[in-house]
Amino acid sequence: MMKPVFMTYTKKDLINLAVCMVLSVLVIPTFITTEYWYTSILIPWLCLALATIGQQIVMGYTGQLALGAAGFMAAGAFAMFNLILRVPDLGFVGSLIVSGLIAAAFGILFGLPSLKVRGIYLMVATLASQFFIIWMIDKFGWFKNYDSSGIITAQDIVILGKPFTTPLAMYFVCLAVTTVLTLLAMNMARGSTGRNWMAVRDMDIAAESMGVSLLRTKVQAFAISAFYCGVAGALFAFCYLKSLEPVAFDIKLSFKILFMCILGGLGTINGAFIGAAFILLFPVLLNAIGNNVFHGAIDATIISSIEQVIFGGLMIIFMIYEPLGMAKLWENIKQKWKTKIPSSTNLKSFGKKT
Amino acid sequence: MAQERKFKIGKPILEVKNISLSFGGVKAITDTSFDVLEHEVRAIIGPNGAGKSSMLNCINGIYKPQQGTVSFKGQQITNITPNIMAQMGLSRTFQNLALFKRMSVLDNILVGRKLHTKTNFLEVAFQLPKVKKEEKENRDRSEEIISFLEIEDIKDTPVGKLPYGLQKKVELGRALATDSSVILLDEPMAGMNVEEKRDMCRFILKVNDELGTTMVLIEHDMGVVMDISDRVVVLDYGKVIGDGTPDEVRSNQKVIDAYLGVEH
Repeated sequence: MMKPVFMTYTKKDLINLAVCMVLSVLVIPTFITTEYWYTSILIPWLCLALATIGQQIVMGYTGQLALGAAGFMAAGAFAMFNLILRVPDLGFVGSLIVSGLIAAAFGILFGLPSLKVRGIYLMVATLASQFFIIWMIDKFGWFKNYDSSGIITAQDIVILGKPFTTPLAMYFVCLAVTTVLTLLAMNMARGSTGRNWMAVRDMDIAAESMGVSLLRTKVQAFAISAFYCGVAGALFAFCYLKSLEPVAFDIKLSFKILFMCILGGLGTINGAFIGAAFILLFPVLLNAIGNNVFHGAIDATIISSIEQVIFGGLMIIFMIYEPLGMAKLWENIKQKWKTKIPSSTNLKSFGKKT
Repeated sequence: MAQERKFKIGKPILEVKNISLSFGGVKAITDTSFDVLEHEVRAIIGPNGAGKSSMLNCINGIYKPQQGTVSFKGQQITNITPNIMAQMGLSRTFQNLALFKRMSVLDNILVGRKLHTKTNFLEVAFQLPKVKKEEKENRDRSEEIISFLEIEDIKDTPVGKLPYGLQKKVELGRALATDSSVILLDEPMAGMNVEEKRDMCRFILKVNDELGTTMVLIEHDMGVVMDISDRVVVLDYGKVIGDGTPDEVRSNQKVIDAYLGVEH
């Protein structure tokens, strides 16, 4: 067990953080110049990873089977649209935070069933958020500013008077928000807040006997989760889709986030990023294979069907052999690597117990 | 218990009066009363199905008895929940282990520090200085308990991977971490071998002796109970059939008949 050197972070964490930051701030912008990578991969990856962290908090850490992340994302996205439209003084960052809070309010409301039902039944109950929020946005024209076309164009992002409209600028906006929120999530997960979540997940009756309030902990987890989803939804709409339509936040997206959460590894923050990357990149990879190896001989619809089959298969395989997902797999590989390479490359740390 | 005790046995701290509990038509406990004195080791014994665990669950608020009252620290508690009892200073362990399996030993014990954690999630998220201070205090206390229980070498192991005997110890540690004045132990020695049992007895007495914690324990092993308890209450079919010092209980004819079986 390593001692934290700064806040809750160990030396290893700080190195990881530094590597990630150098990669994302310096390496990626210098070497990746095609817009496609920013608009179709990096930006949605960051947004969906953020939503997956939200799903992790409620499902991976607190153990509440919830399905409806996309509903909260929709709440966040449309809250953002209306805030920028009606309360321009808030500014982009202010609106983003308030949209998160509005989504969190929905999270509290739809998290209440978790006090009475659990497991698969809770999953069904939380589906209500998915359908109710989308229905509400569709039903009341006010949310869409009485736009009849069905698709509203998102406003331009302006922070402190400066426009952020190029793909690279938007990537940096997403990166900044995701980094801050990820660090906050890590602090919570590793601190007393996270311990309460996990205690409720692992054995609720014992948690209660230790003075952990089930009501407060569950509702808190739902609220924080919805906050993350809300912010992610707002970024998703403003940086990736650049438009707002309720259909974009349908149940399919909720399932996608659920898959990211499970494949990435329940109860891990880095798993959210791994899972999101996998689910986003895998179809791209399949398409590339279809185009380059089979030269388009395979129909695109078949490829997308194959994608579903493989995702389904992977879910089953992971559930059986590695319920803790890819994050755990990665951890195991690192562990094996360490034991495989003997002290020759590791002389400095030889004999030192970590 | 002849030697001088640092914490003298005092007034009743926990009083159970006329508790009746039934599940549908099955009466688990009928009109049961007993008390627990401050700083004593109190045992509840009885054959299988005598209502011992149900009794603890009533005291702790997991079950709601149909009749009767529980008074703790001189205060009659209406609407008992595990949470309220924890806040008042009553902690417990469970018969079938209720640990947080995917968390490390240290984290399990840290959850026991919940009631000594006052910072909220926002303060934790932003790691304010007071969070760090509080976390350090809680960690120090948990480490103390870990070395007290002699489990330093497993503190970072996920609890689910530990053998049964050690898990029982961790559960005791978690209850200790609450700094409660009363700890209810539901069969702390079930499924242990003789050596582990001896170990556990030693810890129970050590806790009682050094911290003055009142211990209420359920146990099957008569020998163990008689050795470490100050007073014993015997339940059979949900009723009290004997109450007193181990010697008194041992010579109580009803207890002999019901629990030890009629010999000779």
